[in-house]
Amino acid sequence: MRADRGLGLVLRMVAAFAALLFFLFPIYWLFMISFKTPDEIFAYPPVWWPASLQTGNYAVLFKDGDVWTVWNSFVLAGTSTVLAMLLGTMAAYSIARFGTGGKHFANWIISNRMIPPIAIVFPVFLLFVKLGWVDTYHGLIVLYTAFNLPYVIWMMRGYVQDVPLELEEAALVDGCTRFQVLFKVVFPVVRGGLFATAVFTFVFAWNDFLFALILSRSQVVTFPVQVTHYFGGQSNFWAKIAAMSALGTLPIFIVVATLQRFLVRGISLGAVKG
Amino acid sequence: MAAAVGAAGVRHEPARAPWVDRHFRWLLVAPATFVILLVGLFPFVYTLLVSFQNITMLEEDTSFQGFANYARLLSDTRFWEALGHTLIFLAIALPAELVLGFLLALLFLEKMPGRQIFVALIVLPVVVSPIVAGATWRLLFDNRFGPINQILSWIAGEPVTILWINNPTFVYPAILLAEIWQWTPFMFLLLWAALNEVDRSQLEAAEIDGASWWQRLWWVVLPAIRPVVIIALLIRGLDLFRLFDVVWGLTRGGPGTMTETISIYTYVVGFQQFETSYAAAMALVIILLLSAVVMTALDRVAIAR
Repeated sequence: MRADRGLGLVLRMVAAFAALLFFLFPIYWLFMISFKTPDEIFAYPPVWWPASLQTGNYAVLFKDGDVWTVWNSFVLAGTSTVLAMLLGTMAAYSIARFGTGGKHFANWIISNRMIPPIAIVFPVFLLFVKLGWVDTYHGLIVLYTAFNLPYVIWMMRGYVQDVPLELEEAALVDGCTRFQVLFKVVFPVVRGGLFATAVFTFVFAWNDFLFALILSRSQVVTFPVQVTHYFGGQSNFWAKIAAMSALGTLPIFIVVATLQRFLVRGISLGAVKG
Repeated sequence: MAAAVGAAGVRHEPARAPWVDRHFRWLLVAPATFVILLVGLFPFVYTLLVSFQNITMLEEDTSFQGFANYARLLSDTRFWEALGHTLIFLAIALPAELVLGFLLALLFLEKMPGRQIFVALIVLPVVVSPIVAGATWRLLFDNRFGPINQILSWIAGEPVTILWINNPTFVYPAILLAEIWQWTPFMFLLLWAALNEVDRSQLEAAEIDGASWWQRLWWVVLPAIRPVVIIALLIRGLDLFRLFDVVWGLTRGGPGTMTETISIYTYVVGFQQFETSYAAAMALVIILLLSAVVMTALDRVAIAR
């Protein structure tokens, strides 16, 4: 499958730039709108490049305190990621090393990942009403942790299987307890996998809309829910929608850009090592 | 006990190993299993119970209603229409994303200047929050100040003012374009990684034997990447079956109920009309439908191997 040089390469570069334009233009448009003045946003024909990069749309979000919702997203995604990584890796280690529960247990765990969120969230809502957990941090943290656990177990099982058994044997011979082996030998060896998996659990929780929409009221509103609050009946506050969306998207872009090499294994559920 | 340690291949424990060590493997899976069951099993059983009652916003009628809610679901045309919409999105978006993703993967297979940067930038839509993607495409499709009508105007040479979001003819292409924009890079990334792992020596051997480019693609490359294609289709197929965010951000199921998916309809029934018992029945039927689909899909995967 060798492409010819010269003309072939030129055509491929043209196609590559066309693809780049298609996939990046919407993102450009979103960020660009966030810097526009209201007059420019509602101009006809549309303004393709704002006259000046004014940050008034962001200032409003900070002044009104709406930016708090980005912090909420961070707390929920961060805490649930730490919990899911800790509990999930422990379970993954047990399944990978001891075959705990057999093949059916492992399959049951990954099948939990495949249930549609709306079918999960409806029962959970009924449970949380009874427990008084609606619109609380711990409610959403437990939900995100549970939703991410199957993914973490599935992914970390693959990474743990790559750890050489001799390392653990040596530690046991040296008198380590089994818990010490897990935390002082296994965790450090798989830290690359821990990192890569954590990024995805974080992104899942960070980008989630449905769970947060249903289980928050006013206290733990996350940024995707806040974005939809700006959709009005008659007028949409496009300046705020764009600025809030940009605030919530930029951190993810930075994280993903720095972890490019883990991307393939992460999104393919480990099917492709990448 | 001995089997447990033996399976690990570590060493045989003395008979009086501490309790913690003897139950080590169960201690490790217990917390995770508990959390999954807390959010999975208990609410599931409770929902099953509620689906046989008649709880709405107005009354909390917990008497046994038999299969009344399920019977109602059978004759609820709005539910079956929503299922139809969902399957339309699935039937168009899934093949489109696969084909486009594969073409992109072929495009970036050979070395070219700046290839890594192209790939890194093209995958960005995948990590955008789907609700943000929906909002972004609503900006792009706006009939007056959106750039899409503007570009069409340039091509047509006269002002184009298509009401993308409100017009029944154009709303499906609009949603599908947003969906394909966001998830084609996902297909691309998986297929690109898989293509990179195809055995070069086999390709070269086929080339020496006089196989054309198409023959090599069909007989060497496609069989090699088949497992990845199946995994990618399974992941994306399940995602499309529960489609919610992008449609919600773009149309909220409108105009009318034209683009309502089963996830959106369940949300409307449960959290806007507060028909708790009916929504519970709906959620369970979705789980059943999906389980059937997943089982079939997993069977196919097993056969493929």
